[in-house]
Amino acid sequence: MGKTAAEKIFSNKSGVDAYAGDYVVSSLDYIMVNDITGPIAVDAFNTIGKKPVKDKIVIIPDHFVPPKDINSAIQYKKVKDFAMDNDIDNFFDLGHGGVCHQVMMEKGFAAPGRLIAGADSHTNTYGALSSISVGIGSTEAGVIFATGKMWFKVPETIKINISGKLNKGVEGKDVALYVLSKTGHDGATYKCMEFSGSAIGDLEINERMTIANMTTEAGAKCSFFNTDSKTINYLKNRVRGDYNIISSDDDAKYESIINIDAEEIEPSVAIPNSPANVRPLSTVNVEIDQAYIGSCTNGRIEDIRKAAEILKNHTVNKKVRLMVVPASQEVYNQALSEGLINVIVQAGGYFSGTTCGACLGGYMGVLGPNEVCISSTNRNFIGRMGDKTSKVYLANPKVVAASAILGRIGSPEEI
Amino acid sequence: MLNEVKGKVWTLGDDIDTDAIIPAKYLVTSDPKELSKHFMEYNDPELAKKIEKGDIIVAGKNFGSGSSREHAVITIKGLGISCIIAESFARIFFRNAINLGMPLIEAKIDVKNGDEITIDFEKSRIYYNDKSQEFTKYPKFLKNIIDEGGLINYVRDNQW
Repeated sequence: MGKTAAEKIFSNKSGVDAYAGDYVVSSLDYIMVNDITGPIAVDAFNTIGKKPVKDKIVIIPDHFVPPKDINSAIQYKKVKDFAMDNDIDNFFDLGHGGVCHQVMMEKGFAAPGRLIAGADSHTNTYGALSSISVGIGSTEAGVIFATGKMWFKVPETIKINISGKLNKGVEGKDVALYVLSKTGHDGATYKCMEFSGSAIGDLEINERMTIANMTTEAGAKCSFFNTDSKTINYLKNRVRGDYNIISSDDDAKYESIINIDAEEIEPSVAIPNSPANVRPLSTVNVEIDQAYIGSCTNGRIEDIRKAAEILKNHTVNKKVRLMVVPASQEVYNQALSEGLINVIVQAGGYFSGTTCGACLGGYMGVLGPNEVCISSTNRNFIGRMGDKTSKVYLANPKVVAASAILGRIGSPEEI
Repeated sequence: MLNEVKGKVWTLGDDIDTDAIIPAKYLVTSDPKELSKHFMEYNDPELAKKIEKGDIIVAGKNFGSGSSREHAVITIKGLGISCIIAESFARIFFRNAINLGMPLIEAKIDVKNGDEITIDFEKSRIYYNDKSQEFTKYPKFLKNIIDEGGLINYVRDNQW
């Protein structure tokens, strides 16, 4: 019987002939933790009393970095001390790292055929580079520090086939939201979401990363995109070590297949309080207090270029604060050298160093009571970015930039 | 593992996400006592104070969706909750609970706040309001982890 890509990668990494539903103990290529999930992983690791599998451990402080208060400084210091004491090479400190998932991809940890675990739910993102990458908890991350292995249930796969050509103005984010409107907030729980079709092939890697990132919001265990010339091109000069290109067999068994005609998809907004609560952009007219471009979803250089293109020779509405937060130091440096930061700040936007801060209501852009934010991030749960009465709308970065100028949620075509 | 759990029920709805269970602003600690003070506070600021050791959570579908924060399970353990029953669980929450030895049951039962229910793990049955209902046993692989009291004990005692 044929296998899905997920079944093949779990088989390769566990050394057994595994199919969906089987429990396996697999070797991981990498285990990533951040400053929130890392401290608990370190505690778990310390109780096991083994030496760490150093080469597999990647530590990327990002959530509350630079530290927002003394308690977050203590957590950050704990993962840093662990990295220093154990001589962990892959520790990405302030000034070298960024939002953990962006760093995992741009520093070449994610690559085809690899199995990666990350103690952060949006670890699904590396499916864009044909990895199987799975979000896990902290205790189990600590166990991987000690053993290099973890238990998994091999997931069933939902195939999402998007044929035809995407409409003008439709981005990866809109594709992600459209798919979420089909699956709902839990429609892919425990499953792998595999994307295929001509519209997916047409999308650049950064747009695929956005889609992969948001499979988490459908409950998915992981995502998978086939390797093509765009993947290989992205990996060039980045990837560490060899990789193994894997794809699903023609006779693989899928849990279900969702066929989508690309022309059905239009620029969209997820309205409060679920990323699956999706409406066409044209039907949403809401005044905003904050516009946020950043995060592992849409804080890449391409996203900042799009924002700068819209903001050029315009001014941010005086009722609105626009915040642009690059997803990594590399993205920051690139934006600096391309002059994009100048464009954004001259329009009245605020451009900061990299952090997850505002996306999870941590710091650096927390919303007050009843405030409304249009955001390029991935979640709009109650109180996600601040006070429990604040509201978050999710959209692509062009829509966020245009809305910042308009003072309400609107389309780039209005600029 | 516990053979029988008896406790008072607290009902919660569908899609209870980890930001609701414990808002991100409290993730500056992993202390169960401190975290448990803020359980579901955006929905009901008094709830954490009302919950007593041994109580049982009964929720709808997709319980624990959202982030990977193990703090969500630590918060609930900190309250002394003895078991969580839900129609379905979100993926990472499920893993975290198993790995921390927190009993979970996937079932839909018709109860209200304050009802006393009994869970017999041996017989895989829940007894409530003069009714009883069977639930699906854990696969052996997961049961072994829970029986050892969580993943740490399990990997200490078993060679991977």
